Amino acid sequence: MSLIGARGLTVRLGGEEVLKGVSLAVEPGEIVTILGPNGSGKSTLLRALLGILPLSSGEVIRAPELRIGYVPQRLAIDPSLPMTVRRFLSLPVRVPDERAAAALARVGVPEVGQRQMAALSGGQFQRVLLARALLSDPQVLILDEPTQGLDQPGEAAFYRLIEEVRAETGVAVLMVSHDLHVVMAASDRVICLNHHICCEGTPRVVSSAPEYRALFGLGTRGALALYRHEHDHSHEGEDHLPHAHEHEHHHA
Amino acid sequence: MPMSTSTTMLDDFLVRAVLAGLGLVLATGPLGSFVVWRRMAYFGDATAHAAILGVALALATELPVGLGVLVVALAMAVTVSTLAAKGWAMDTTLGVLAHSALAVGLVAVSFLPGVRTDLSAWLFGDILAVSRMDLAFIWGGSALVVALMVWRWPALLTATLSEDLAHASGIRPDRERLVLTLALALVVAVALKIVGALLIAALLIIPAAAARGVARTPEAMALLASAVGAVAVGAGLWGSLTWDTPAGPSIIAAAAALFAGIALGGAFRRG
Repeated sequence: MSLIGARGLTVRLGGEEVLKGVSLAVEPGEIVTILGPNGSGKSTLLRALLGILPLSSGEVIRAPELRIGYVPQRLAIDPSLPMTVRRFLSLPVRVPDERAAAALARVGVPEVGQRQMAALSGGQFQRVLLARALLSDPQVLILDEPTQGLDQPGEAAFYRLIEEVRAETGVAVLMVSHDLHVVMAASDRVICLNHHICCEGTPRVVSSAPEYRALFGLGTRGALALYRHEHDHSHEGEDHLPHAHEHEHHHA
Repeated sequence: MPMSTSTTMLDDFLVRAVLAGLGLVLATGPLGSFVVWRRMAYFGDATAHAAILGVALALATELPVGLGVLVVALAMAVTVSTLAAKGWAMDTTLGVLAHSALAVGLVAVSFLPGVRTDLSAWLFGDILAVSRMDLAFIWGGSALVVALMVWRWPALLTATLSEDLAHASGIRPDRERLVLTLALALVVAVALKIVGALLIAALLIIPAAAARGVARTPEAMALLASAVGAVAVGAGLWGSLTWDTPAGPSIIAAAAALFAGIALGGAFRRG
């Protein structure tokens, strides 16, 4: 039985349909990555799944008593708010010192407990966010562009860490990215989103063809494979919105 | 013996003043910290300025002043946070509301005979004239605010840090915002007699800002803010008696001096 998912999810923000008819499901222990260009509704989808945004129609389905660990895209801590890493890990639920220390050690930053959050590097900060998410003993981790602002080695190291955590705990992972390079290797399944789900596939399918340039407008060769979906996926009863298919469709 | 009578009386009103100030800073420390963290300074001003309008309404309708202030401050605070949730341009909106509330309140008060003369007491407080009843109101209101903050503390803090993070933890940020709104209205009603409508926001912000310089955790900052406020109350009252200066502004001036001292000390330590 899947942990979290959506059926026919539609979300409007400011009168604009940001998500239309999105259905997906995350199974226990799998790593699912949502890919899409900027403004394609990736973060909106995560926020709708988390219950932050109201749905226009459709539904979010969660396993009963589901424990979610959430790593937000950005966390701007106001400089007026003093916050040690240790204190942050106990928000909102207090955790004992040894659990906090173990979580920091697990994500590779055992020494930062007494540091101020504002004094951390970008990579340390993301790892602390991940440590906090892990402390709720989650069944699914939801990460919104967790490596934004990291350099490529930092990004690769972070995704390796995610894989390790999944291997150890069996936690499912649903994450968002706009960059394929590093994400691909770490994912079991990739969902391409541009206001609706354009396609889904294993990274092998995706990586065997450099077609994601169709979505991103980059890459060097002609593109297709990811877009073999486009006459498969169902659009029944759906009037295409002008923005729904802004991406180019490449056909071989 | 006239001498001893006057000494006893002096002790008494001074004791009441000190107790009133200490009761207030218990609440303004933690609440002021949230005002600083959430950048609600102008929000505090708007709510506090609305108190004058509350005074006018209470006197005109012969309701207790504390009640009138509480109702109007609450109405203002709810209006402001509703507008904020709708995404209005907050800086301008708050500026309009804060100054309009003060101006309309002053005009309304001027229609009431007998109030004009002690207007400065509503604007700058009259802590040396605090009665036993006032004291009960101040400590009761303050205790209520402190209880509210302690009860909601983890949720308030999480929602302040990040609304998304709060949502994901099952906390509703809008509810926590309402808690702060309510606490702010209560503190305005409590503080009016002590520092007056114009200086309530100062008593919220300055001690918290001073505490920020030395605190490493949110809890430490809230407690230190109360401690700074308590020292400011003591020093301000002492200065007021020594140099015959107005008590409310003297307390705020003492808090400002503490802020400056801590900021300079911090700069010195850092080299």
